[in-house]
Amino acid sequence: MKKYFSFFKIRFIHGLQYRAAAYAGIATQFAWGGLTLLMFAAFYKTGASSFPMTFPELSSYIWLQQAFLALFMTWYFDNDIMNSIVTGNIAYELCRPIDLYVMWFLKNMAVRSSRAVLRCFPVLIIAFCLPEPFNMSLPKTFSSGFLFLLSVIMGFMVLTAFNMLVYITMFYTVSPMGIRILAVSLLEFLTGAIIPIPFFPEGLKKVLLLLPFGSMQNTPFLIYNGYLSGPEIGQGLLLQTGWLLGLTVLGYLYMKKALLRTTVQGG
Amino acid sequence: MKLYFKYAAILLKSQMQYKASFFMTMIGQFLVSFSVFLGLYFMFQRFPSVEGFTYSEVLLCFAVMLTAFSLAECFVRGFDMFSVIISNGEFDRMMVRPQNAVLQVLASRIEFTRVGRLLQAIVVFVYAVPKSGVLWTWDKILTVLFMITGGFFVFSGLFVIYASFCFFTTEGLEFMNILTDGGREFGKFPFSIYGEKVLKFFTYIVPLALFQYYPFLYLIGRSDSLFHMLLPLLSILFLVPANLFWKFGLRHYKSTGS
Amino acid sequence: MHQVGGFAKKEIDGWNGVMIELTNICKTFKIAKRNAGFKEAVKALFDREYSYIKALDHVSFQVNDGEMIGYIGPNGAGKSSTIKIMSGILVPDEGECIINGRVPWKDRIRHVREIGVVFGQRSQLWWDVPVIDSFELLKDIYKINPKVFRKNLEDLTERLDIGEILRTPVRLLSLGQRMRCEIAASFLHNPKILFLDEPTIGLDAVSKIAIREFIKSMNKEQGTTVILTTHDMQDIEALTERILLIGKGRILLDGALSELKKRNDTFKKLTVDYVGKEILPIPGMTVVESVAGHAKLTVDTRICSVSAAISRLSEQVEIKDLSVSGATAEEMVVALYKEFSI
Repeated sequence: MKKYFSFFKIRFIHGLQYRAAAYAGIATQFAWGGLTLLMFAAFYKTGASSFPMTFPELSSYIWLQQAFLALFMTWYFDNDIMNSIVTGNIAYELCRPIDLYVMWFLKNMAVRSSRAVLRCFPVLIIAFCLPEPFNMSLPKTFSSGFLFLLSVIMGFMVLTAFNMLVYITMFYTVSPMGIRILAVSLLEFLTGAIIPIPFFPEGLKKVLLLLPFGSMQNTPFLIYNGYLSGPEIGQGLLLQTGWLLGLTVLGYLYMKKALLRTTVQGG
Repeated sequence: MKLYFKYAAILLKSQMQYKASFFMTMIGQFLVSFSVFLGLYFMFQRFPSVEGFTYSEVLLCFAVMLTAFSLAECFVRGFDMFSVIISNGEFDRMMVRPQNAVLQVLASRIEFTRVGRLLQAIVVFVYAVPKSGVLWTWDKILTVLFMITGGFFVFSGLFVIYASFCFFTTEGLEFMNILTDGGREFGKFPFSIYGEKVLKFFTYIVPLALFQYYPFLYLIGRSDSLFHMLLPLLSILFLVPANLFWKFGLRHYKSTGS
Repeated sequence: MHQVGGFAKKEIDGWNGVMIELTNICKTFKIAKRNAGFKEAVKALFDREYSYIKALDHVSFQVNDGEMIGYIGPNGAGKSSTIKIMSGILVPDEGECIINGRVPWKDRIRHVREIGVVFGQRSQLWWDVPVIDSFELLKDIYKINPKVFRKNLEDLTERLDIGEILRTPVRLLSLGQRMRCEIAASFLHNPKILFLDEPTIGLDAVSKIAIREFIKSMNKEQGTTVILTTHDMQDIEALTERILLIGKGRILLDGALSELKKRNDTFKKLTVDYVGKEILPIPGMTVVESVAGHAKLTVDTRICSVSAAISRLSEQVEIKDLSVSGATAEEMVVALYKEFSI
């Protein structure tokens, strides 16, 4: 955990230094969220009855998505890690007295969370102040707010665990960049970053919710805006825990195998 | 121009050195925009139309936008990567060569894998053209060509502006994404659906709507004003301020060297 | 007409012989301060402090046509700013710069057609394609006449011995091979002036010597004016007769390398193996190190002659072996940096 905090601190201070980047990032996310909402509003006008959730619920969902973008963005892959895979410098990493899986996992989390902490508050504050129905609303109950926080952390870790699998797959391929783009486009769509999962056709929606993709940004945001309630929340959290355990164990073993391969081959 | 093609040939040659990677990336590019298409498809499964535009009409709009963007991205990509070109000293190298700097930047990064996105655009076109219900007379065909040309130049202008900012700072350029990637992403729908203010912004400030919304109205028969049809040509003028800004940035670079 | 140097040309066609002329060039950079620490970082988010750095402070010098000069100074002294100004990339705040009859930044494209620039640490060749492809592209960039190109290519290939590697992609070349190709690339268009920025950095001895020989011969035969910046004093010693020393943005010294040597001749180095107790120096002698019968001393000949120092030594200890040497170029530069405290 100490490692995590020192990674976090370095990245956080680093992030603070880029003032213009922070402002620009917030402005961009705000504009992006706004346009997305306006687009959904246009659809809402044509057919409110076909809307899977209420408009205020959607507003909260979109603003959460923007505020916590750094946690769930699919296109971020750590450059150091990518480089060590691409150039085959992975052998050096093995010399360090830390478990590689744990270190990469923590590093990824630290980078994302430090960025999210820097950026989420301004977006949230502005979003709360917007006129209805485009504003962000408070969670319906105190407990759903609490469960949301819990679920954000879980979802974040599920995504990181999934990304670890992507990193490790890069060992085995001639085209790490290609794998990366494939993973990004797949994740982007299936996690609900393009359109929220409730807008998907029923059959596909059911499948996605059971897969790890539904356990990333989807679960926490739907807990917050009240789309999920009662036992559904419990189910969501349980599924998240299951996937987190499953994916980390899988990743850990997969990594061991991959490293064994590189050592056997002499790097 | 001849020089540009020489550059293109040499870049193609070097990208082909890694064939597997090249095709994987291309497929990836294809899938990225395919997922956008799927998103569109799912939305229209739920809703018959949006602001009076039908699914096939929106698809047409999406295809035009994607074509214009991917062409610009493929050939003007150098500007998109300009911060790297500056920070690794490549730009200094270009400046000590007796050729126009703009040409060299353009030619330095031609990403042929972007063809994947273009491919997606063509697929959508093939799908949307017969479905759209547009009677494809010569003026409609011309309109589509105008739209793509205008779009190519406006996006190129945006890339140039983006690059010019790099002369001053390499941080905080994210906000330009809302105009480039955002333009592509949100431009799959006619800009009018976002409300009047957004439409005005994209008409008078960043003229994305000039090659999208207005000629699109002409294309689907909602307007028969020739003016609307010719507006994409006007949007090409966007290159003028873009070019001025580039020159301004270059002068700054020459005086600070950073 | 194979005569070299400005002097000869002057006699022939009244050319005044000055290729490069800088007069009172000044350049100041504004730099945002970045302090370490969390508190400072937060503060900088709202209020940023700037500092101004005078990179060039009234820099003036002249270089004659066909001359080869070494431009030296510690990192950050202003070397690269000067090179950038001379190659038209940077515009100075004040001062004049005339190169080959032109102001570089006012007429960039025509200016750079006649210069060549080699950055030792950056490549001008395309990484993934054979060397010859890069050369062909340069031919188009510089609009080199095909006949001239062919002739130059043949000539350079032979001189630099790169015939066998022309068809190899750059990424597969060794550093030495690559550097030879880089240098060839910058001579394809017959530049009148060549700026070399650390051309031998990281090279092995054989490649270094090959490159030095080549540059020397091009300077002799083609009369190319060469400005060489380097930290490698062997480069300077092998190639240039004149050096320019810059420090903190000012030209501190402009003179012949031999002059500099003479200036530093007042210092001699004595290395002595001896049996005996401690060495007690007389004024003008300094013991640099002394370990178990082996000592290094410097002698300032203005105060104490070498023979006086030796006789002093022989009085005190029994000398087994003794050698006297002058300062190397490396040591001279260190002495210079110390002298000007840069």
